[in-house]
Amino acid sequence: MGRVWKLGDNINTDVIIAGRYNVTTDRAQLAKYCLCEVYPEFAQNVQPGDIMVGGHNFGCGSSREHAPTAILANGIKVIIARSFARIFYRNSVNIGLPVLVCEEAALSSEDGQELDVDLTTGEIRNLTTGQTFQSEPLDPFIARIVQAGGIINYIEEQGTLR
Amino acid sequence: MGTLAEEIFSYKLGRPVHAGETVVVDVDHVMSHDTTTPLAIQAFRKLNKQNKGRVFDAQRSHIVFDHIIPASTIAAATLQRDTRVFAKEQDMTVLQEGICHQVMPEKGFVIPGSIIVGADSHSCTYGAFGAFGTGMGSTDIGVAYTTGRSWFRVPETINVNIIGTMPYGVYAKDISLEVVRRLGVDGANYRAIEYTGEVIENFTMSERMTFANMAIEMGGKAGLIAADETTRAWLQGRTDKEYPMLRAQDPHYERVIEIDVTAMRPQVACPPDVNIVHPAEELGHIKLDEVFLGTCTNGRLDDLEIAVGILRGKKISPDLRLVVIPASREIYMEAMRLGYLEALAEAGANIGTPGCGPCIGRHFGVLAPGERALTTMNRNFTGRMGDPTAEIYLGSPATVAASALTGYITDPRAVLREAEVVG
Repeated sequence: MGRVWKLGDNINTDVIIAGRYNVTTDRAQLAKYCLCEVYPEFAQNVQPGDIMVGGHNFGCGSSREHAPTAILANGIKVIIARSFARIFYRNSVNIGLPVLVCEEAALSSEDGQELDVDLTTGEIRNLTTGQTFQSEPLDPFIARIVQAGGIINYIEEQGTLR
Repeated sequence: MGTLAEEIFSYKLGRPVHAGETVVVDVDHVMSHDTTTPLAIQAFRKLNKQNKGRVFDAQRSHIVFDHIIPASTIAAATLQRDTRVFAKEQDMTVLQEGICHQVMPEKGFVIPGSIIVGADSHSCTYGAFGAFGTGMGSTDIGVAYTTGRSWFRVPETINVNIIGTMPYGVYAKDISLEVVRRLGVDGANYRAIEYTGEVIENFTMSERMTFANMAIEMGGKAGLIAADETTRAWLQGRTDKEYPMLRAQDPHYERVIEIDVTAMRPQVACPPDVNIVHPAEELGHIKLDEVFLGTCTNGRLDDLEIAVGILRGKKISPDLRLVVIPASREIYMEAMRLGYLEALAEAGANIGTPGCGPCIGRHFGVLAPGERALTTMNRNFTGRMGDPTAEIYLGSPATVAASALTGYITDPRAVLREAEVVG
């Protein structure tokens, strides 16, 4: 169970973490500056297990992995959106940050509500309103990477990329 | 058989491959730059058991310093120092002579039918050469440095067919902004864009690179243009590798869009998104503080030549600064030999060392609160060049040069005709 942090459409990578903060690989620093220019309360108040909810084209823009890394470093359990930009989606899968596409859950969830997400089944329950939603199923190969906790874990399990 | 994307994957895998399939494939080259290599090295180190501490092939693994070169802060300098140590350990050369997407083709690392993964979203630029170039994050690149492979879901393709006659004063950048206007910022999400048509066939390699470069601004996985004699001529002397001249064969496109350029006008993308495109002549009230000519989109010799044609013998507006940064050392040297740099400096330009420059807001022209810039970049997101209240407009080199003279966004056609009359 986690609190919803609600964002809109086309949340780009410069908004998630501006380029000038990408001179570090330190996760605590990236976490601190996540969304700092548009949503300064986020980094200060987010709790591990919270859930980020976005609209269309979430994570558009740069391929810089600092963006999903900054979100994961804040303890976000899953991002639910109406659609994801493809490099961001791929980066999130690869670093083990679950990403789910669910139009109705993304539209109806509001900032501050509580959601419960089952990552295995993709079922999303809004504990504040009582509604239940089913997200789109992941491609089987992608599901294996997410389940392993990211591509590095997957490769360590498999011995190579296959 | 299939789209150009399907042809490339089929060629690489030695069997017919169709859109929608998830595949693991050997890549031809792997690239990362000064900002993205540190995280790639972290991923690489975690895979130590798999790679035994060595990249899969030092000749096909490339680190390019271009985002902040030379380093402008201690933090950037430290990351670069540490990356140099890694490169030396791996017998990899660090390229420090220009923007990655310009230098990679110049060095002959981009050939038709190849797959190139780069830790930069504008790696789609390599599609201009009929190569499947795509941007990925640092972990993907760390995996590629380890295995020489990557996983892909073979994309569906949107065909953008461009016909008609290029009007006076309208350039490849104006047309590519039109494509973004029509498709929208996620209109090509998860898709390859394949560009065809007489206009594309008549484009130079530089114009094709401008086009392919913009594919990611529509969410595209790749921006592909089939190789032809223009491609072969450009590659002459840069590579002795053989390559297949792949083309779409009886393709099934998910969507076909046709654009007739004949009646088009110079255009500008307005902040905060690349698809908010309006004719330059409607934006004459926008007063500018900075004008920037450069980047992987439009920092090549022909772009500089266009600007010189407009600015030679004139002075830029005293109310703004003009930053000019050639995309590579090769271009910089040629521009110097041709007298372009002299002409631009005399007009009042601040000319920089090849690299990304102010495009990502680190140096060479950061924007103050409330300032406005018109640039030849590919992206105008809030806060990209500096303060979040600054505004970024995007245009062709001609629009940018014309606007440097007046201090306001200016349709270049009036200025071009005047330049012709004066001679």
